[in-house]
Amino acid sequence: MTSPTSHTLGGAELDAPLRRGAPRIPAAIGLVPFAAYLLLFLALPTVLALASGLFDKSGTFTLDNIAALGDPVILTTFANSAWLSALTAIIGAVVGALVCYALLGMRETGAVRTAVDAAAGVFAQFGGVMLAFAFIATIGLQGVVTQLLLGAGIDIFASGPWIYELPGLILPYVFFQIPLMVITFMPALSALKPQWAEANLTLGGTSASFWMRIGVPVLSPAFLACTLLLFANAFSSYATAAALASQGSQIVPLQIRTALTSETVLGRENLAGALALGMIVVVGVVMGLYSLIQRRAARWQG
Amino acid sequence: MNRLAPSRATRLVIGILVGAFFVIPMLSTFLYTLRDGDGFSLVHWAALADPEKASAYAPIWVGLGNSLVLAVVTVAIVLFLLAPTMILVHLRFPRLRPGFEFLVLLPISIPAIVLVVGLAPIYREIGRMLGTGAWTLAFAYGITVLPFAYRAIQASIDAVDIRTLSEAARSLGAGWGAVVVRVIAPNLRPGLLAASLISVAVVLGEFTIASLLNRQVFQTALVVVKNTDGYAAAVFTLLALAFAFVLLIVIGLAGRIRVGKAES
Repeated sequence: MTSPTSHTLGGAELDAPLRRGAPRIPAAIGLVPFAAYLLLFLALPTVLALASGLFDKSGTFTLDNIAALGDPVILTTFANSAWLSALTAIIGAVVGALVCYALLGMRETGAVRTAVDAAAGVFAQFGGVMLAFAFIATIGLQGVVTQLLLGAGIDIFASGPWIYELPGLILPYVFFQIPLMVITFMPALSALKPQWAEANLTLGGTSASFWMRIGVPVLSPAFLACTLLLFANAFSSYATAAALASQGSQIVPLQIRTALTSETVLGRENLAGALALGMIVVVGVVMGLYSLIQRRAARWQG
Repeated sequence: MNRLAPSRATRLVIGILVGAFFVIPMLSTFLYTLRDGDGFSLVHWAALADPEKASAYAPIWVGLGNSLVLAVVTVAIVLFLLAPTMILVHLRFPRLRPGFEFLVLLPISIPAIVLVVGLAPIYREIGRMLGTGAWTLAFAYGITVLPFAYRAIQASIDAVDIRTLSEAARSLGAGWGAVVVRVIAPNLRPGLLAASLISVAVVLGEFTIASLLNRQVFQTALVVVKNTDGYAAAVFTLLALAFAFVLLIVIGLAGRIRVGKAES
């Protein structure tokens, strides 16, 4: 690696100093600012968030707040979050996979793919509050679609204004889950080799038997992994729910908001920390499973 | 032709059905902004320039200004802190790369709502030392954009052999500063550009941290204005989504330039 003619090895990651006798220590100093930054704004807040659930206001260790996670009210919010996330993850995964399938065979640099990729990025990652507003304008009490249906004699709010409650979150959540599925699942689907389809045809198989015997088994780990990612995404999402449900705390992130903005919830201090702890356990387990399965899925890619 | 590709009819059916799900809310929002009593007009769009309404929209302009400052500082963190560290890790500490990658991708798994619980006491201290200016939020935003920015820059680093380039520059007598600024950075331009634009998009769309730390940014201002004038909020929503869409199209095209270079 120290020879300038070794450019063919350039990509290989060999641990050799670029210059003979270059001192190691000054280079390591270059890592310090970024390490300090991560420590201060990633590690410290995470630790503080988790630790604050374990201590009371006077700084003594307590399991009181953790015990509060067993409170029926809190358990209900966790259950609400879980089924909302599971439902929108499954719908998002199935519909998103269909979109990926429809995009298969389109040129990656074509206008359709470019537009779909960009739109998926906007809706999946930067929508938040704005998606909530779009849905209020559409199916809110004064929404365009609501009024249209009302003109046709259909009152979608006959049983109450559900848009500002838990069921109202389903459509906006699906709206950002489908694009996230398109972004994360497309690489797996693109990695299916046309040669496999050709081999299947040569051996007398049909298009149906290709998907049954080859396509679905090869893709199922990636599909499962992406569904888990969607679950974690919905579970940790805050902005859309906060903009839609200005009061109430039907899901865990909104419960954290309530705990942060009011002095005591359920007569306990530092409940936000305990909720954050519960949340990171759920998201951590799901993301751990995700990376395990993703590793298995990656075998067929590349 | 890809044999796996669905038939034209299948493609069309999926495209129309799913497309409708995404087009209807956007179209409805647009029609909503055109509402004027019982008819339709551009009155809510024209109101943006109306001096009488200016005070009602003031929070938006303040928030947008703060968000733009935050975007600049966050991009600076990406370009002058993250990127140099990535180059350093790639050139001198390749063995640290898996650990480094794990760390910078970690914010994906830590919900912003969890982070904000721990950021609250930190920002109380920062408020005491640096004041409560909106720009200080950029430190937190730098963390939330890490995974996006890392992926964009790493794609460029993997596509260009910066090791050989830096060896060549060094053997021609360039110092490390010149190597990074005049040799490596220009070669990583597509990745650095994509990382910067995606950071801008993330910062303009961020709500969770700003709202719970009581800072005025674009998204929190939208919520404030929504309470007095829902039409204005819808107008700004459409404009902001369109802006983010254009940003991502530019990122997509920038990525293509890199592919072109790698092939030539």
